[in-house]
Amino acid sequence: MIRFVLVRLLRAVITILAVVTFAFIVLRMSGDPAQVMLGPDVPQDALDAFRRTWGLDQPLWIQYLAYIKSIFTGDFGVSMRDKASALHLVLERVPATLQLTVPALILKLLIGIPAGVYAALHRQSFADRGVIMLAIVGFTIPSFVMGLVLVLVFSVLLGVLPSGGQDTWVHGILPTITMSIGGIGILARFSRSAMIEVMGQPYIRTAAAKGLKWRDVIWSHAFPNAAVPIVTIVGFMVGSLIAGAVVVESIFSWPGIGRLLVVSVSNRDLAVVQCILLIIAAAMVVSNLVVDLLYGWLDPRLRLHTDH
Amino acid sequence: MSSANPNLVQLRDLNVTFDGVEVLHGIDLDVAKGEALGLVGESGCGKSVTWLAALGLLPGKAAVTGSVRVDGRELCGARRSALEEIRGGRIAMIFQDPSSSLNPVLSVGRQIIEALRIHRGLRGEAARAEALRLMDVVGIPAPSRRFDLYPHEFSGGQCQRLMIAMALAGEPDLLVADEPTTALDATIQAQILDLLNTLRAETGMALVFISHDLGAVSQVCERVCVMYAGRIVEEGTVAQLFSEARHPYTRGLFDAIPRIDGSRERLLAIPGTVPNPKHLPEGCSFSPRCPRAVDACGRVRPPLMTQDDGRRLACTRPVSAAARGEAKRRIPQGVMQ
Repeated sequence: MIRFVLVRLLRAVITILAVVTFAFIVLRMSGDPAQVMLGPDVPQDALDAFRRTWGLDQPLWIQYLAYIKSIFTGDFGVSMRDKASALHLVLERVPATLQLTVPALILKLLIGIPAGVYAALHRQSFADRGVIMLAIVGFTIPSFVMGLVLVLVFSVLLGVLPSGGQDTWVHGILPTITMSIGGIGILARFSRSAMIEVMGQPYIRTAAAKGLKWRDVIWSHAFPNAAVPIVTIVGFMVGSLIAGAVVVESIFSWPGIGRLLVVSVSNRDLAVVQCILLIIAAAMVVSNLVVDLLYGWLDPRLRLHTDH
Repeated sequence: MSSANPNLVQLRDLNVTFDGVEVLHGIDLDVAKGEALGLVGESGCGKSVTWLAALGLLPGKAAVTGSVRVDGRELCGARRSALEEIRGGRIAMIFQDPSSSLNPVLSVGRQIIEALRIHRGLRGEAARAEALRLMDVVGIPAPSRRFDLYPHEFSGGQCQRLMIAMALAGEPDLLVADEPTTALDATIQAQILDLLNTLRAETGMALVFISHDLGAVSQVCERVCVMYAGRIVEEGTVAQLFSEARHPYTRGLFDAIPRIDGSRERLLAIPGTVPNPKHLPEGCSFSPRCPRAVDACGRVRPPLMTQDDGRRLACTRPVSAAARGEAKRRIPQGVMQ
């Protein structure tokens, strides 16, 4: 068990390092922060001075080593734009992002899973076909289209909900719905197919044959078996809680991490972009690790055979 | 309890239709208290479907008509709660593939306790103690150490023992064993048959033993019912059928058993295959494969009639007395008393 966790941790560190390295190189190859920050008509001295200040005049590999070293000491750099700690700038945006992503995740779970299970138990029925159709619509329509359609209907035509901003909780309704629709569709589809497979298994017949109430057959015998594929998907969703949604936050002018990322990339604000990517990668890696451990908890056959 | 009717379970004109295809054609069958009845036939003849239908365990697309009475109470078309009370409580069922019949993500102890909770209201320590006793009764060594293990940590034979323990938890009046030994090794098979015999002697419960293995049936049953293509074709005591099978199909089943004694000879297989339920032949369903069939057999289906010796038989040209007696020596000695 300990060895398993250590191996996974080592792999996690390597994954994060790869993400950071990739971001570091691509950001520096794809544009010059000095040009972007200072504007097009700036004298050469100013550009040179800017580069010197931020260490951009050094060879790439020296910059890279310095960056890695500072990460390991907990220093994530300083924003070129705001001259403030990059980590601080990013963490400041986390609450706003979570205000959207956490309710969206809850909606996905509360609607997607029961809808999928219901469809599976009423296979070939009108309700089942309806769920499948809505699920496909849900996850095939891109969020920028969905967001704009919702704005058009609820803000422009009906005028009942605001189209952007973060002033009150009402402002969060449209972005949350936009964010959750795709996930609801995906979870409904996965829950449905997982449940259909499980309901055909002999142990479900055994559970019914011993006189269990139908409700208990479904929720204490079938559902735990269907949970493994569902947990995999939910793990991805939890991992991307921090990442927020670049597109949705931009559409609804929501000051979260997603929007900070867009702005920082276009400004070539290196430290901020790298910091965001690092945090997203870390969140993904951690949620994957948790999912792996959950597998063993959910299905004893996947448990590590260290005690037998 | 109705004392007027000694039958525990009474099936009358039980029909099952899957997507418009009739697979069970009017089964009439009684199970008396404490008796052991064998249900024999090839795969797909409706042996299992009969009992799954009786307990309402078939998928929703199956249409079941007819009558299923347990102690006089009608189950066919009954409310779900009435069925749930019977299942596991009055009639328990164990299945062919024990390893996949136990829930892989629940500990075996919990699965047994569940049945104890439903049917006997046992909880906590009392339930655990009773579950451990049942595990011991069915021959699981060191039950207290294995209580919290999962099905994949047991062998196939042990899983079937656990299934039996779970079935016993509800103290049923009837245990339906649906090919309980088919997936097991021969030695394990014998142990499970022994266990079933012992338990029946101790608890007095009735047993319906579904199998295509006539040898196994002869070891546990007193009465045998032979099914073919969704109908009962012959029914009688083990002694009657094993000494003088009268239906050509029953005869064919015996001829297909390898002989344990005497010279090695070619086994007599029944030619052809079981007919597709979608296209059953007119008349007797067995007539296209029957060595004794005449033209009339293909036109008129013989009804299941009670014979002078008490057996029931559905055949217009049963095997004559002269050709009988052959089957007897194909069954190992000591099986029939």
